[in-house]
Amino acid sequence: MAMGQEKVIEDLKNKFPEKIKDVSVRFGDDIVIIDRDSLLDIVKFLKEKPHDFAMLLDLTCVDYSGQKDRFEMVYHLFSLSSNLRLRIKTRLSGKDPSIDSLTSVWKNANWLEREVYDMFGVRFEGHPYLRRLFMYDGFEGHPLRKDYPLRKRQPRIPMRKEE
Amino acid sequence: MTFRVQEEARKESLLVNMGPSHPAMHGTTRIMLELDGEKIINCELEMGYLHRGFEKICEHKTYFNLLPYTDRLNYVSPLINNCGYVMTMEKMLGIEVPERAQYIRVIMCELSRICDHLTALAAMAMECGAFTVFLYKMKAREFIWDVMEQTTGVRMTTSYIRIGGVRADLHPNWRETTKIAIDETRKVLKDISGLLDKNKIFLNRTRDVAVVSPELAISYGWTGPCLRSTGIYYDVRKAHPYLVYDKLDFEVPLGERGDNFDRYMVRMKEMEQSLRIVEQCLKKIPEPSSPSALMAEGIEPAEAIKKSRSKRVEGKIKLSPNLEGSEKEKYKGIISDSKGSIIPPKEDTYTNIEGLINHFKFFMKGHGIRPPKGEVYFSVEGGSGELGYYIVSDGTDKPYRLHLRAPCFHIVSSLEEIIRGHYVADVIPTFGSMNMIGGELDR
Repeated sequence: MAMGQEKVIEDLKNKFPEKIKDVSVRFGDDIVIIDRDSLLDIVKFLKEKPHDFAMLLDLTCVDYSGQKDRFEMVYHLFSLSSNLRLRIKTRLSGKDPSIDSLTSVWKNANWLEREVYDMFGVRFEGHPYLRRLFMYDGFEGHPLRKDYPLRKRQPRIPMRKEE
Repeated sequence: MTFRVQEEARKESLLVNMGPSHPAMHGTTRIMLELDGEKIINCELEMGYLHRGFEKICEHKTYFNLLPYTDRLNYVSPLINNCGYVMTMEKMLGIEVPERAQYIRVIMCELSRICDHLTALAAMAMECGAFTVFLYKMKAREFIWDVMEQTTGVRMTTSYIRIGGVRADLHPNWRETTKIAIDETRKVLKDISGLLDKNKIFLNRTRDVAVVSPELAISYGWTGPCLRSTGIYYDVRKAHPYLVYDKLDFEVPLGERGDNFDRYMVRMKEMEQSLRIVEQCLKKIPEPSSPSALMAEGIEPAEAIKKSRSKRVEGKIKLSPNLEGSEKEKYKGIISDSKGSIIPPKEDTYTNIEGLINHFKFFMKGHGIRPPKGEVYFSVEGGSGELGYYIVSDGTDKPYRLHLRAPCFHIVSSLEEIIRGHYVADVIPTFGSMNMIGGELDR
């Protein structure tokens, strides 16, 4: 763990003592597991100076099918000034998964969240235009969920009516 | 379901589709424009025309099998994609790569980067009417592809960089071809600077068009040449050095205004730096462990297999010419020696039992490369930005989840906002300067 990283995690723990569930390091990457409801507060705190995690590097989801909280949202933040990367994770329930949208904080969250919505069916509260990104309207199911078979066929979509 | 741009459109304005079949949309993107005369009032992008389910396929392939799929992400610079994936795996497995293999990777990555920039700028220039530039750049690309073809065997979908090292050693004649490629590319770059840098038509279409502020670029997660064109110093090769980039001397060119012309200029300067890196690698690369060209001397493969049935074969064995460069003796220089993560040399597989068992163990279902549980993120500097892989391993031989951070995904997502308020003709150079690659964007 880099020196700067320790301070960031220390500050996070002090600021949100109950919201930080776990802190760990795996393969040299720092991981912070947080409470689902305080995502927006935590990323806003990290985006502000002095931590200055100005960039949302990546946003994705992992489907742990069969576990209690099925979906895991994964956020990668990056700070240009201190050259640090931080991974934030939080779990969502399998039934009607939803989490706060980050579109108000980062602009690229718009498409990234649309992709996750498309692929996993996670709803983002406060997203201005939650619509499938890669798949077409009328696509059934969410392809990256573990219960979606690899070779599943889709029903034919009806011909478009003349307007 | 109608699109937002259709719903919000005013009655008197005109709705126009640009793409998906449009020569400037690079094949696979649709831009819906709401126009007032020539002015874009509102627009929306539709993508996914090239979606192949890369991430879903990877979950059903072993770590070794999925490598060829990474070639097809950014198909202009497949070697960088290979390198990114492979290095993510190496981070997870904790493999040390021999120094010669690291230099080979750097050479291949930098040549790919030049190809990527050449293609991006060639398309951009052609769409602005400079067809000569397009042809010149394709010419330069051919010389670079000659180097790659000689060593990897193919021009585009290489799968050359493997977990633990590279597939084969460099071709015996690679120094000459690389020097030719460098010289020819330099000439072409000089010609293109002469044709475009002060070209009135090109300047009118790119200078101060689609200006992006550093704040906007960061908020959209831009990386690579596009971010650097706004004046922000961030290059993965400098910020998080990997391979041997910290031993090499190169600069990171920056832009000033963040307009289309700066994005062009940064790429032009970056190619010059990439050529510099390749030249340094030519000098610094360690000599191969076995200097011979193709190991022509030795027992014929069929004969060696016959002999091995009664007795262990001593001495050198000749390999089939399509395995050139991956002879057992070269393994020391080009691939790590960690068993279980690399394919055993073919000589061993065919002539002794240990090699055969190792080979089977590598390819058998449920065996092969099995990294420890956990998740890892690693990124390299791709052609258009930070190319990151996020891999979740559950301890089996297949990734539980593999996610690609595609650099052009973040860049293209900003197009809607950038071109709003500009003219239809500005869409073409702006989209061209973003270097949208369908394979990577749609995955």
